[in-house]
Amino acid sequence: MSRPADLDIDHVARLARISLSEEEKAAFSGQLGDVLAYIALLKEVDVSGVEPTAHAFPVENVWAEDVAQPGLPVEAALRNAPARRDNLFAVPKVVE
Amino acid sequence: MSAELIFKPITELASLLAEGKVSSVELMRAHVARTRAVDPRLQAFNSFDEADALSQAAASDGRRAAGASRGPLDGIPVGMKDVISVAGQPLTASSRMLANYVSPYDATVTRRLREAGAIIWGRLNLDEFAMGSSTENSATRTTGNPWDLTRVPGGSSGGSAAAVAAGEAAAALGSDTGGSIRQPAALCGVVGLKPTYGLVSRYGLIAFASSLDQIGPFARSVEDTAITLGAIAGHDPLDSTSLRNPIPDYRAGLDRPGATWKLGIAREYFAEGLDPEVAAAVERAVDHYRSIGCEIREVSLPHTKYAVGAYYIIATAECSSNLSRYDGVRYGHRSAEAADAVDLYFKSRAEGFGAEVKRRIILGTYVLSSGYYDAYYLRAQKVRTLIRRDFLNAFREVDAILTPTSPTAAFRKGERAADPLAMYLSDIYTIGVNLAGLPGISVPCGFTRGRLPIGLQIIGKPFGEADMLAIARAYERDHAWSAQHPEMNGA
Repeated sequence: MSRPADLDIDHVARLARISLSEEEKAAFSGQLGDVLAYIALLKEVDVSGVEPTAHAFPVENVWAEDVAQPGLPVEAALRNAPARRDNLFAVPKVVE
Repeated sequence: MSAELIFKPITELASLLAEGKVSSVELMRAHVARTRAVDPRLQAFNSFDEADALSQAAASDGRRAAGASRGPLDGIPVGMKDVISVAGQPLTASSRMLANYVSPYDATVTRRLREAGAIIWGRLNLDEFAMGSSTENSATRTTGNPWDLTRVPGGSSGGSAAAVAAGEAAAALGSDTGGSIRQPAALCGVVGLKPTYGLVSRYGLIAFASSLDQIGPFARSVEDTAITLGAIAGHDPLDSTSLRNPIPDYRAGLDRPGATWKLGIAREYFAEGLDPEVAAAVERAVDHYRSIGCEIREVSLPHTKYAVGAYYIIATAECSSNLSRYDGVRYGHRSAEAADAVDLYFKSRAEGFGAEVKRRIILGTYVLSSGYYDAYYLRAQKVRTLIRRDFLNAFREVDAILTPTSPTAAFRKGERAADPLAMYLSDIYTIGVNLAGLPGISVPCGFTRGRLPIGLQIIGKPFGEADMLAIARAYERDHAWSAQHPEMNGA
Protein backbone atom coordinates (compact mmCIF):
# COMPACT_ATOMS: atom_id res chain seq x y z
CA MET A 1 0.00 0.00 0.00
CA SER A 2 1.68 3.18 -1.15
CA ARG A 3 -0.24 6.42 -1.06
CA PRO A 4 0.71 8.58 -4.04
CA ALA A 5 2.06 11.95 -2.95
CA ASP A 6 -0.05 13.91 -5.39
CA LEU A 7 -3.55 12.46 -4.73
CA ASP A 8 -5.10 14.99 -2.36
CA ILE A 9 -8.22 12.99 -1.51
CA ASP A 10 -10.00 15.93 0.14
CA HIS A 11 -9.51 18.07 -2.94
CA VAL A 12 -10.64 15.36 -5.36
CA ALA A 13 -13.68 14.44 -3.23
CA ARG A 14 -14.64 18.13 -3.20
CA LEU A 15 -14.38 18.28 -7.00
CA ALA A 16 -16.55 15.13 -7.21
CA ARG A 17 -19.11 16.56 -4.74
CA ILE A 18 -18.97 13.50 -2.46
CA SER A 19 -18.56 13.63 1.30
CA LEU A 20 -16.17 10.88 2.43
CA SER A 21 -15.79 9.57 5.97
CA GLU A 22 -12.30 9.41 7.50
CA GLU A 23 -12.40 5.60 7.10
CA GLU A 24 -13.28 5.92 3.41
CA LYS A 25 -10.50 8.46 2.85
CA ALA A 26 -7.92 6.17 4.42
CA ALA A 27 -9.13 3.06 2.57
CA PHE A 28 -9.50 4.76 -0.83
CA SER A 29 -6.09 6.46 -0.59
CA GLY A 30 -4.36 3.14 -0.14
CA GLN A 31 -6.42 1.28 -2.75
CA LEU A 32 -6.14 4.05 -5.33
CA GLY A 33 -2.43 4.24 -4.60
CA ASP A 34 -2.15 0.61 -5.74
CA VAL A 35 -4.26 1.27 -8.82
CA LEU A 36 -2.28 4.39 -9.76
CA ALA A 37 0.98 2.51 -9.30
CA TYR A 38 -0.34 -0.10 -11.74
CA ILE A 39 -1.56 2.56 -14.17
CA ALA A 40 1.92 4.12 -14.13
CA LEU A 41 2.85 1.25 -16.49
CA LEU A 42 1.38 3.40 -19.27
CA LYS A 43 4.26 5.85 -18.89
CA GLU A 44 6.60 3.41 -20.63
CA VAL A 45 4.56 3.45 -23.88
CA ASP A 46 5.91 5.64 -26.68
CA VAL A 47 2.85 7.65 -27.72
CA SER A 48 4.68 10.31 -29.72
CA GLY A 49 2.76 11.09 -32.90
CA VAL A 50 -0.20 8.91 -31.86
CA GLU A 51 -3.67 10.44 -32.15
CA PRO A 52 -6.01 9.88 -29.18
CA THR A 53 -9.08 7.66 -29.63
CA ALA A 54 -12.23 8.97 -27.93
CA HIS A 55 -14.59 6.59 -29.76
CA ALA A 56 -13.79 3.42 -31.67
CA PHE A 57 -16.13 4.44 -34.52
CA PRO A 58 -16.51 8.21 -34.34
CA VAL A 59 -19.60 9.57 -36.04
CA GLU A 60 -19.86 13.28 -36.66
CA ASN A 61 -22.64 15.65 -37.52
CA VAL A 62 -25.57 13.43 -36.69
CA TRP A 63 -28.47 15.53 -37.89
CA ALA A 64 -32.16 15.18 -37.24
CA GLU A 65 -35.03 16.89 -39.01
CA ASP A 66 -36.01 20.04 -37.15
CA VAL A 67 -39.44 18.69 -36.27
CA ALA A 68 -40.95 18.68 -32.78
CA GLN A 69 -41.29 15.20 -31.24
CA PRO A 70 -43.48 14.30 -28.29
CA GLY A 71 -41.51 14.65 -25.06
CA LEU A 72 -41.93 13.06 -21.64
CA PRO A 73 -45.23 14.28 -20.12
CA VAL A 74 -44.75 16.48 -17.03
CA GLU A 75 -46.32 13.93 -14.71
CA ALA A 76 -43.96 11.17 -15.95
CA ALA A 77 -40.92 13.45 -15.69
CA LEU A 78 -41.78 14.35 -12.10
CA ARG A 79 -42.73 10.87 -10.99
CA ASN A 80 -39.30 10.12 -9.52
CA ALA A 81 -38.77 13.58 -8.01
CA PRO A 82 -37.65 13.44 -4.35
CA ALA A 83 -39.65 16.62 -3.70
CA ARG A 84 -41.90 18.72 -5.92
CA ARG A 85 -43.97 21.84 -5.73
CA ASP A 86 -46.58 22.50 -8.42
CA ASN A 87 -44.94 21.26 -11.63
CA LEU A 88 -41.38 21.86 -10.42
CA PHE A 89 -38.55 20.02 -8.65
CA ALA A 90 -38.24 21.44 -5.13
CA VAL A 91 -34.74 21.87 -3.61
CA PRO A 92 -33.35 23.43 -0.43
CA LYS A 93 -32.68 27.15 -0.50
CA VAL A 94 -29.81 28.03 -2.87
CA VAL A 95 -29.26 31.72 -2.02
CA GLU A 96 -29.67 33.23 1.44
CA MET B 1 -43.73 -30.64 -18.10
CA SER B 2 -42.20 -27.52 -16.53
CA ALA B 3 -38.95 -29.20 -15.46
CA GLU B 4 -38.29 -30.27 -19.05
CA LEU B 5 -39.26 -26.88 -20.47
CA ILE B 6 -36.91 -24.60 -18.60
CA PHE B 7 -33.65 -25.76 -20.13
CA LYS B 8 -34.88 -26.10 -23.71
CA PRO B 9 -33.31 -23.78 -26.27
CA ILE B 10 -35.43 -20.95 -27.68
CA THR B 11 -35.39 -22.64 -31.09
CA GLU B 12 -37.09 -25.74 -29.66
CA LEU B 13 -39.51 -23.75 -27.49
CA ALA B 14 -40.54 -21.75 -30.56
CA SER B 15 -41.46 -25.01 -32.34
CA LEU B 16 -43.44 -26.27 -29.33
CA LEU B 17 -45.29 -22.96 -29.19
CA ALA B 18 -45.95 -22.95 -32.93
CA GLU B 19 -47.28 -26.52 -32.83
CA GLY B 20 -49.56 -25.69 -29.90
CA LYS B 21 -47.84 -28.28 -27.66
CA VAL B 22 -47.27 -25.64 -25.04
CA SER B 23 -48.67 -22.15 -24.52
CA SER B 24 -46.65 -19.09 -23.68
CA VAL B 25 -48.60 -18.80 -20.40
CA GLU B 26 -47.53 -22.37 -19.48
CA LEU B 27 -43.96 -21.57 -20.44
CA MET B 28 -43.99 -18.39 -18.36
CA ARG B 29 -45.51 -20.25 -15.39
CA ALA B 30 -42.69 -22.80 -15.63
CA HIS B 31 -40.12 -20.01 -15.41
CA VAL B 32 -41.93 -18.35 -12.50
CA ALA B 33 -42.02 -21.70 -10.68
CA ARG B 34 -38.32 -22.30 -11.36
CA THR B 35 -37.44 -18.79 -10.17
CA ARG B 36 -39.50 -19.20 -6.99
CA ALA B 37 -37.77 -22.54 -6.35
CA VAL B 38 -34.13 -21.56 -6.89
CA ASP B 39 -33.82 -17.79 -6.57
CA PRO B 40 -34.08 -17.63 -2.77
CA ARG B 41 -30.66 -19.38 -2.86
CA LEU B 42 -29.30 -18.01 -6.14
CA GLN B 43 -30.40 -14.37 -5.71
CA ALA B 44 -30.18 -13.47 -9.42
CA PHE B 45 -33.31 -11.28 -9.47
CA ASN B 46 -33.64 -7.85 -7.89
CA SER B 47 -37.36 -8.07 -8.59
CA PHE B 48 -39.92 -9.58 -10.94
CA ASP B 49 -43.52 -8.83 -11.81
CA GLU B 50 -45.34 -12.13 -12.24
CA ALA B 51 -48.72 -10.60 -13.16
CA ASP B 52 -47.13 -8.40 -15.84
CA ALA B 53 -45.16 -11.35 -17.27
CA LEU B 54 -48.25 -13.59 -17.41
CA SER B 55 -50.21 -10.83 -19.09
CA GLN B 56 -47.47 -10.46 -21.74
CA ALA B 57 -47.58 -14.26 -22.18
CA ALA B 58 -51.36 -14.22 -22.63
CA ALA B 59 -50.98 -11.52 -25.28
CA SER B 60 -48.43 -13.71 -27.07
CA ASP B 61 -50.81 -16.69 -27.02
CA GLY B 62 -53.50 -14.38 -28.44
CA ARG B 63 -51.24 -13.35 -31.33
CA ARG B 64 -50.42 -16.96 -32.09
CA ALA B 65 -54.10 -17.96 -32.03
CA ALA B 66 -54.81 -15.12 -34.46
CA GLY B 67 -52.04 -16.28 -36.81
CA ALA B 68 -50.00 -13.15 -36.06
CA SER B 69 -46.94 -14.61 -34.30
CA ARG B 70 -43.90 -12.33 -34.46
CA GLY B 71 -41.29 -15.04 -34.82
CA PRO B 72 -39.02 -17.23 -32.68
CA LEU B 73 -38.93 -14.89 -29.65
CA ASP B 74 -42.71 -14.49 -29.43
CA GLY B 75 -43.69 -15.74 -25.97
CA ILE B 76 -40.12 -16.39 -24.76
CA PRO B 77 -39.13 -14.98 -21.31
CA VAL B 78 -36.09 -12.71 -21.58
CA GLY B 79 -34.52 -11.33 -18.37
CA MET B 80 -33.20 -7.78 -18.17
CA LYS B 81 -30.15 -6.52 -16.34
CA ASP B 82 -31.35 -3.90 -13.90
CA VAL B 83 -29.71 -1.04 -15.82
CA ILE B 84 -32.03 -1.33 -18.86
CA SER B 85 -35.22 0.73 -18.76
CA VAL B 86 -38.57 -1.08 -18.82
CA ALA B 87 -41.46 1.39 -18.65
CA GLY B 88 -43.33 1.25 -15.35
CA GLN B 89 -40.84 -1.17 -13.76
CA PRO B 90 -38.14 -0.46 -11.13
CA LEU B 91 -34.64 0.43 -12.39
CA THR B 92 -32.20 0.26 -9.49
CA ALA B 93 -28.71 -0.32 -11.01
CA SER B 94 -28.40 -2.37 -7.77
CA SER B 95 -27.73 0.95 -6.01
CA ARG B 96 -29.25 2.65 -2.99
CA MET B 97 -29.17 5.75 -5.21
CA LEU B 98 -32.00 4.39 -7.38
CA ALA B 99 -33.77 2.18 -4.81
CA ASN B 100 -37.16 3.77 -5.55
CA TYR B 101 -36.73 4.75 -9.20
CA VAL B 102 -39.34 3.64 -11.76
CA SER B 103 -38.53 3.85 -15.50
CA PRO B 104 -40.67 6.42 -17.31
CA TYR B 105 -40.00 4.82 -20.72
CA ASP B 106 -38.70 1.71 -22.48
CA ALA B 107 -35.08 1.42 -23.61
CA THR B 108 -34.81 0.87 -27.37
CA VAL B 109 -33.70 -2.75 -26.77
CA THR B 110 -36.79 -3.28 -24.59
CA ARG B 111 -39.04 -1.85 -27.29
CA ARG B 112 -37.38 -4.06 -29.92
CA LEU B 113 -37.77 -7.20 -27.80
CA ARG B 114 -41.45 -6.35 -27.32
CA GLU B 115 -41.81 -5.91 -31.10
CA ALA B 116 -40.32 -9.41 -31.49
CA GLY B 117 -42.94 -10.69 -29.00
CA ALA B 118 -40.51 -11.53 -26.18
CA ILE B 119 -41.76 -11.44 -22.59
CA ILE B 120 -39.79 -8.85 -20.62
CA TRP B 121 -39.09 -10.85 -17.49
CA GLY B 122 -37.59 -9.56 -14.24
CA ARG B 123 -34.86 -7.17 -13.17
CA LEU B 124 -31.51 -8.92 -12.79
CA ASN B 125 -28.80 -8.14 -10.25
CA LEU B 126 -25.44 -6.56 -11.09
CA ASP B 127 -22.48 -4.82 -9.54
CA GLU B 128 -23.71 -1.35 -8.58
CA PHE B 129 -23.89 0.79 -11.76
CA ALA B 130 -22.20 -2.13 -13.60
CA MET B 131 -18.88 -1.49 -11.83
CA GLY B 132 -17.32 -4.78 -10.87
CA SER B 133 -16.46 -8.32 -11.94
CA SER B 134 -18.25 -10.44 -9.34
CA THR B 135 -21.68 -8.86 -8.67
CA GLU B 136 -20.50 -8.48 -5.06
CA ASN B 137 -20.67 -4.69 -5.39
CA SER B 138 -24.48 -4.87 -5.56
CA ALA B 139 -26.24 -2.92 -2.82
CA THR B 140 -29.26 -5.22 -3.04
CA ARG B 141 -28.03 -8.84 -2.76
CA THR B 142 -25.14 -11.21 -3.45
CA THR B 143 -25.79 -13.51 -6.40
CA GLY B 144 -24.32 -17.00 -6.36
CA ASN B 145 -22.83 -19.02 -9.19
CA PRO B 146 -25.38 -21.71 -10.14
CA TRP B 147 -22.55 -24.27 -10.38
CA ASP B 148 -21.33 -23.51 -6.85
CA LEU B 149 -23.30 -21.10 -4.71
CA THR B 150 -20.25 -20.28 -2.58
CA ARG B 151 -18.65 -18.73 -5.68
CA VAL B 152 -19.37 -15.56 -7.64
CA PRO B 153 -21.25 -15.55 -10.98
CA GLY B 154 -18.82 -12.99 -12.39
CA GLY B 155 -19.89 -9.51 -13.22
CA SER B 156 -21.07 -7.01 -13.69
CA SER B 157 -24.01 -8.78 -15.41
CA GLY B 158 -23.87 -11.65 -12.88
CA GLY B 159 -27.63 -11.83 -12.37
CA SER B 160 -28.25 -12.16 -16.13
CA ALA B 161 -25.68 -14.95 -16.54
CA ALA B 162 -26.84 -16.82 -13.42
CA ALA B 163 -30.54 -16.61 -14.36
CA VAL B 164 -29.93 -18.06 -17.83
CA ALA B 165 -27.63 -20.79 -16.49
CA ALA B 166 -30.15 -21.75 -13.78
CA GLY B 167 -33.15 -21.91 -16.13
CA GLU B 168 -34.91 -18.87 -14.70
CA ALA B 169 -34.99 -17.16 -18.12
CA ALA B 170 -34.51 -18.49 -21.65
CA ALA B 171 -32.23 -15.57 -22.50
CA ALA B 172 -31.25 -12.27 -20.92
CA LEU B 173 -29.75 -8.93 -21.79
CA GLY B 174 -26.70 -7.50 -20.08
CA SER B 175 -24.28 -4.65 -20.69
CA ASP B 176 -20.55 -4.92 -21.31
CA THR B 177 -18.11 -2.06 -20.64
CA GLY B 178 -14.94 -4.08 -19.96
CA GLY B 179 -16.17 -7.70 -20.07
CA SER B 180 -19.40 -7.51 -18.09
CA ILE B 181 -21.27 -9.86 -20.45
CA ARG B 182 -18.48 -12.21 -21.56
CA GLN B 183 -16.80 -12.81 -18.17
CA PRO B 184 -20.01 -13.80 -16.26
CA ALA B 185 -21.10 -15.89 -19.27
CA ALA B 186 -17.80 -17.80 -18.99
CA LEU B 187 -18.06 -18.21 -15.22
CA CYS B 188 -21.70 -19.43 -15.41
CA GLY B 189 -21.30 -21.68 -18.48
CA VAL B 190 -23.56 -19.84 -20.92
CA VAL B 191 -23.05 -17.93 -24.17
CA GLY B 192 -22.61 -14.15 -23.90
CA LEU B 193 -22.04 -11.68 -26.73
CA LYS B 194 -20.74 -8.11 -26.67
CA PRO B 195 -21.58 -6.44 -30.01
CA THR B 196 -19.45 -4.03 -32.02
CA TYR B 197 -19.71 -0.55 -30.49
CA GLY B 198 -22.66 1.18 -32.17
CA LEU B 199 -24.49 -1.98 -33.32
CA VAL B 200 -27.05 -1.91 -30.48
CA SER B 201 -28.69 1.29 -29.23
CA ARG B 202 -27.76 2.48 -25.74
CA TYR B 203 -30.93 4.58 -25.41
CA GLY B 204 -32.49 3.72 -22.04
CA LEU B 205 -29.33 2.04 -20.67
CA ILE B 206 -27.98 3.62 -17.46
CA ALA B 207 -24.65 5.07 -18.61
CA PHE B 208 -21.36 3.92 -17.05
CA ALA B 209 -18.64 4.68 -19.64
CA SER B 210 -20.37 5.85 -22.78
CA SER B 211 -17.55 5.20 -25.29
CA LEU B 212 -17.29 1.56 -24.12
CA ASP B 213 -20.82 0.47 -23.05
CA GLN B 214 -22.75 -1.96 -25.27
CA ILE B 215 -25.87 -4.01 -24.56
CA GLY B 216 -25.78 -7.67 -25.62
CA PRO B 217 -27.47 -11.06 -25.13
CA PHE B 218 -26.95 -14.10 -22.92
CA ALA B 219 -28.40 -17.46 -23.96
CA ARG B 220 -27.71 -21.19 -23.60
CA SER B 221 -26.82 -21.76 -27.26
CA VAL B 222 -25.10 -19.85 -30.05
CA GLU B 223 -28.27 -20.01 -32.17
CA ASP B 224 -30.40 -18.51 -29.36
CA THR B 225 -27.76 -15.79 -28.97
CA ALA B 226 -27.94 -15.05 -32.71
CA ILE B 227 -31.75 -14.80 -32.56
CA THR B 228 -31.69 -12.44 -29.58
CA LEU B 229 -28.94 -10.27 -31.07
CA GLY B 230 -30.89 -10.00 -34.33
CA ALA B 231 -33.89 -8.70 -32.41
CA ILE B 232 -32.02 -5.86 -30.65
CA ALA B 233 -29.44 -4.76 -33.26
CA GLY B 234 -29.84 -1.86 -35.67
CA HIS B 235 -29.67 1.88 -36.06
CA ASP B 236 -31.58 4.05 -33.60
CA PRO B 237 -31.95 7.81 -34.06
CA LEU B 238 -32.22 8.13 -30.24
CA ASP B 239 -28.55 7.09 -29.82
CA SER B 240 -26.23 9.39 -31.79
CA THR B 241 -23.40 6.81 -31.61
CA SER B 242 -25.64 4.16 -33.18
CA LEU B 243 -24.35 3.17 -36.62
CA ARG B 244 -26.26 2.58 -39.85
CA ASN B 245 -24.62 -0.69 -40.87
CA PRO B 246 -27.07 -3.23 -42.33
CA ILE B 247 -28.04 -6.07 -39.95
CA PRO B 248 -27.67 -9.52 -41.57
CA ASP B 249 -29.78 -12.53 -40.62
CA TYR B 250 -27.39 -13.87 -37.96
CA ARG B 251 -29.33 -17.11 -37.54
CA ALA B 252 -29.49 -17.94 -41.24
CA GLY B 253 -25.70 -17.64 -41.57
CA LEU B 254 -24.82 -19.81 -38.57
CA ASP B 255 -24.34 -23.28 -39.96
CA ARG B 256 -21.74 -23.42 -42.71
CA PRO B 257 -20.72 -27.07 -43.07
CA GLY B 258 -17.18 -27.38 -44.36
CA ALA B 259 -16.41 -23.70 -43.84
CA THR B 260 -12.97 -22.92 -42.50
CA TRP B 261 -11.41 -19.75 -41.15
CA LYS B 262 -8.02 -18.31 -40.36
CA LEU B 263 -7.97 -17.98 -36.59
CA GLY B 264 -5.42 -16.06 -34.56
CA ILE B 265 -3.83 -16.96 -31.25
CA ALA B 266 -2.18 -14.11 -29.35
CA ARG B 267 0.74 -15.15 -27.17
CA GLU B 268 0.01 -12.15 -24.91
CA TYR B 269 -3.28 -13.80 -23.89
CA PHE B 270 -1.66 -16.99 -22.65
CA ALA B 271 0.68 -15.31 -20.18
CA GLU B 272 1.30 -15.22 -16.45
CA GLY B 273 -1.81 -15.52 -14.28
CA LEU B 274 -3.70 -17.86 -16.63
CA ASP B 275 -5.01 -20.89 -14.77
CA PRO B 276 -3.55 -24.09 -16.32
CA GLU B 277 -6.96 -25.81 -16.50
CA VAL B 278 -8.41 -22.81 -18.36
CA ALA B 279 -5.39 -22.75 -20.69
CA ALA B 280 -5.76 -26.47 -21.41
CA ALA B 281 -9.49 -26.18 -22.20
CA VAL B 282 -8.88 -23.27 -24.58
CA GLU B 283 -6.02 -25.15 -26.25
CA ARG B 284 -8.33 -28.13 -26.79
CA ALA B 285 -10.83 -25.76 -28.45
CA VAL B 286 -8.03 -24.45 -30.69
CA ASP B 287 -7.19 -28.06 -31.59
CA HIS B 288 -10.82 -28.62 -32.54
CA TYR B 289 -10.71 -25.73 -34.99
CA ARG B 290 -7.49 -27.14 -36.41
CA SER B 291 -9.15 -30.54 -36.78
CA ILE B 292 -12.01 -29.13 -38.85
CA GLY B 293 -9.55 -27.52 -41.24
CA CYS B 294 -9.07 -24.03 -39.83
CA GLU B 295 -5.64 -22.48 -40.17
CA ILE B 296 -4.33 -21.37 -36.77
CA ARG B 297 -1.89 -18.46 -36.89
CA GLU B 298 0.00 -16.71 -34.17
CA VAL B 299 -0.77 -12.99 -34.06
CA SER B 300 0.77 -10.27 -31.95
CA LEU B 301 -1.13 -7.80 -29.76
CA PRO B 302 1.91 -6.11 -28.20
CA HIS B 303 0.02 -3.43 -26.22
CA THR B 304 -2.16 -5.96 -24.37
CA LYS B 305 -0.42 -5.39 -21.04
CA TYR B 306 -1.47 -1.72 -21.08
CA ALA B 307 -5.17 -2.40 -21.67
CA VAL B 308 -6.28 -2.67 -18.03
CA GLY B 309 -4.47 0.56 -17.10
CA ALA B 310 -5.88 2.50 -20.07
CA TYR B 311 -9.32 1.11 -19.33
CA TYR B 312 -9.33 2.18 -15.68
CA ILE B 313 -8.40 5.73 -16.69
CA ILE B 314 -10.93 6.05 -19.53
CA ALA B 315 -13.81 4.18 -17.86
CA THR B 316 -13.48 6.01 -14.54
CA ALA B 317 -13.11 9.40 -16.27
CA GLU B 318 -16.31 8.77 -18.22
CA CYS B 319 -18.13 7.42 -15.15
CA SER B 320 -17.18 10.46 -13.06
CA SER B 321 -18.89 12.60 -15.68
CA ASN B 322 -21.90 10.33 -16.29
CA LEU B 323 -22.66 9.83 -12.59
CA SER B 324 -22.60 13.56 -11.86
CA ARG B 325 -26.31 13.47 -12.77
CA TYR B 326 -27.07 11.75 -9.45
CA ASP B 327 -27.30 14.87 -7.34
CA GLY B 328 -30.50 14.33 -5.36
CA VAL B 329 -32.43 16.95 -7.32
CA ARG B 330 -34.58 15.40 -10.04
CA TYR B 331 -34.56 11.70 -9.15
CA GLY B 332 -32.67 9.22 -7.03
CA HIS B 333 -31.71 9.34 -3.39
CA ARG B 334 -31.96 12.70 -1.61
CA SER B 335 -30.30 13.16 1.76
CA ALA B 336 -32.59 14.29 4.55
CA GLU B 337 -29.63 15.95 6.29
CA ALA B 338 -28.67 18.61 3.75
CA ALA B 339 -28.10 22.15 5.06
CA ASP B 340 -28.38 23.80 1.65
CA ALA B 341 -28.51 23.02 -2.07
CA VAL B 342 -24.77 22.32 -2.47
CA ASP B 343 -24.64 20.24 0.70
CA LEU B 344 -27.49 18.24 -0.85
CA TYR B 345 -25.10 17.03 -3.58
CA PHE B 346 -22.35 16.02 -1.15
CA LYS B 347 -24.62 14.15 1.26
CA SER B 348 -27.00 12.56 -1.29
CA ARG B 349 -24.03 11.15 -3.21
CA ALA B 350 -22.26 10.03 -0.01
CA GLU B 351 -25.37 8.16 1.17
CA GLY B 352 -26.52 6.85 -2.25
CA PHE B 353 -23.32 5.40 -3.72
CA GLY B 354 -21.45 2.31 -2.52
CA ALA B 355 -17.68 2.02 -2.02
CA GLU B 356 -16.64 0.88 -5.51
CA VAL B 357 -18.72 3.56 -7.24
CA LYS B 358 -17.21 6.24 -5.00
CA ARG B 359 -13.71 4.85 -5.60
CA ARG B 360 -14.18 5.03 -9.38
CA ILE B 361 -15.72 8.51 -9.31
CA ILE B 362 -12.74 9.70 -7.21
CA LEU B 363 -10.22 8.10 -9.58
CA GLY B 364 -12.03 9.46 -12.65
CA THR B 365 -12.27 12.94 -11.19
CA TYR B 366 -8.56 12.82 -10.35
CA VAL B 367 -7.37 11.75 -13.82
CA LEU B 368 -9.45 14.53 -15.39
CA SER B 369 -8.44 17.20 -12.87
CA SER B 370 -6.33 20.22 -13.74
CA GLY B 371 -2.65 19.30 -14.15
CA TYR B 372 -3.21 15.55 -14.60
CA TYR B 373 -5.37 15.39 -17.76
CA ASP B 374 -2.45 15.04 -20.22
CA ALA B 375 -0.51 12.59 -18.06
CA TYR B 376 -3.46 10.25 -17.54
CA TYR B 377 -6.53 10.74 -19.72
CA LEU B 378 -4.90 11.94 -22.93
CA ARG B 379 -2.13 9.33 -22.66
CA ALA B 380 -4.73 6.58 -22.06
CA GLN B 381 -6.62 7.65 -25.18
CA LYS B 382 -3.40 7.42 -27.20
CA VAL B 383 -2.68 3.97 -25.78
CA ARG B 384 -6.25 3.10 -26.76
CA THR B 385 -5.32 3.99 -30.36
CA LEU B 386 -2.33 1.60 -30.19
CA ILE B 387 -4.44 -1.22 -28.73
CA ARG B 388 -7.05 -0.76 -31.46
CA ARG B 389 -4.29 -0.67 -34.11
CA ASP B 390 -2.89 -4.00 -32.77
CA PHE B 391 -6.26 -5.67 -33.35
CA LEU B 392 -6.79 -4.14 -36.81
CA ASN B 393 -3.30 -5.26 -37.84
CA ALA B 394 -4.04 -8.79 -36.63
CA PHE B 395 -7.30 -8.83 -38.60
CA ARG B 396 -5.37 -8.33 -41.83
CA GLU B 397 -4.13 -11.89 -41.31
CA VAL B 398 -6.97 -13.67 -39.52
CA ASP B 399 -10.79 -13.74 -39.45
CA ALA B 400 -11.07 -13.93 -35.66
CA ILE B 401 -8.91 -14.27 -32.55
CA LEU B 402 -9.30 -17.05 -29.95
CA THR B 403 -8.51 -16.36 -26.30
CA PRO B 404 -9.59 -17.46 -22.83
CA THR B 405 -12.49 -15.27 -21.66
CA SER B 406 -11.29 -15.08 -18.06
CA PRO B 407 -7.92 -16.10 -16.58
CA THR B 408 -9.66 -18.27 -13.97
CA ALA B 409 -12.95 -20.06 -13.42
CA ALA B 410 -15.39 -18.67 -10.83
CA PHE B 411 -13.64 -17.47 -7.67
CA ARG B 412 -14.99 -17.64 -4.14
CA LYS B 413 -17.22 -14.91 -2.77
CA GLY B 414 -15.12 -12.46 -0.78
CA GLU B 415 -11.84 -13.67 -2.28
CA ARG B 416 -11.06 -10.46 -4.22
CA ALA B 417 -13.56 -8.09 -2.60
CA ALA B 418 -11.00 -6.18 -0.51
CA ASP B 419 -8.46 -5.82 -3.33
CA PRO B 420 -9.80 -3.67 -6.19
CA LEU B 421 -6.69 -4.17 -8.33
CA ALA B 422 -6.95 -8.00 -8.17
CA MET B 423 -10.62 -7.66 -9.15
CA TYR B 424 -9.74 -5.36 -12.07
CA LEU B 425 -7.29 -7.95 -13.40
CA SER B 426 -10.21 -10.44 -13.74
CA ASP B 427 -11.04 -8.55 -16.95
CA ILE B 428 -7.58 -8.66 -18.50
CA TYR B 429 -8.72 -10.67 -21.59
CA THR B 430 -11.97 -8.83 -22.23
CA ILE B 431 -11.07 -5.15 -21.80
CA GLY B 432 -9.07 -4.70 -25.03
CA VAL B 433 -12.17 -5.62 -27.06
CA ASN B 434 -14.12 -2.71 -25.52
CA LEU B 435 -11.26 -0.24 -26.02
CA ALA B 436 -11.09 -1.26 -29.70
CA GLY B 437 -14.90 -1.29 -30.12
CA LEU B 438 -14.85 -4.89 -31.40
CA PRO B 439 -17.40 -7.70 -31.03
CA GLY B 440 -16.59 -10.60 -28.72
CA ILE B 441 -18.41 -13.76 -27.68
CA SER B 442 -17.81 -16.21 -24.85
CA VAL B 443 -18.87 -19.81 -25.44
CA PRO B 444 -18.60 -22.67 -22.92
CA CYS B 445 -15.54 -24.84 -23.65
CA GLY B 446 -15.46 -27.28 -20.75
CA PHE B 447 -15.22 -27.58 -17.00
CA THR B 448 -12.49 -27.59 -14.40
CA ARG B 449 -11.93 -30.72 -12.33
CA GLY B 450 -14.07 -28.98 -9.71
CA ARG B 451 -17.03 -28.77 -12.18
CA LEU B 452 -16.73 -25.03 -12.82
CA PRO B 453 -17.42 -23.79 -16.37
CA ILE B 454 -14.67 -22.42 -18.61
CA GLY B 455 -15.25 -19.93 -21.44
CA LEU B 456 -13.62 -19.53 -24.85
CA GLN B 457 -13.59 -15.97 -26.18
CA ILE B 458 -13.83 -15.36 -29.92
CA ILE B 459 -13.00 -11.79 -30.95
CA GLY B 460 -14.42 -10.69 -34.31
CA LYS B 461 -13.72 -7.95 -36.82
CA PRO B 462 -15.73 -4.73 -36.56
CA PHE B 463 -19.33 -5.63 -37.48
CA GLY B 464 -18.14 -9.23 -37.92
CA GLU B 465 -20.87 -10.69 -35.66
CA ALA B 466 -22.18 -13.03 -38.39
CA ASP B 467 -18.78 -14.68 -38.92
CA MET B 468 -18.01 -14.65 -35.19
CA LEU B 469 -21.29 -16.47 -34.45
CA ALA B 470 -20.64 -19.00 -37.24
CA ILE B 471 -17.17 -19.68 -35.81
CA ALA B 472 -18.69 -20.13 -32.34
CA ARG B 473 -21.30 -22.50 -33.79
CA ALA B 474 -18.59 -24.54 -35.53
CA TYR B 475 -17.19 -25.32 -32.06
CA GLU B 476 -20.51 -25.75 -30.29
CA ARG B 477 -21.84 -28.18 -32.93
CA ASP B 478 -19.29 -30.78 -31.83
CA HIS B 479 -19.35 -30.04 -28.08
CA ALA B 480 -22.45 -30.60 -25.98
CA TRP B 481 -21.40 -28.49 -22.97
CA SER B 482 -24.71 -26.64 -23.07
CA ALA B 483 -26.57 -29.93 -22.50
CA GLN B 484 -25.18 -29.90 -18.94
CA HIS B 485 -27.02 -27.85 -16.36
CA PRO B 486 -26.24 -26.93 -12.77
CA GLU B 487 -27.99 -29.11 -10.22
CA MET B 488 -28.51 -26.27 -7.77
CA ASN B 489 -28.53 -28.66 -4.84
CA GLY B 490 -27.35 -27.77 -1.38
CA ALA B 491 -26.21 -24.41 0.02
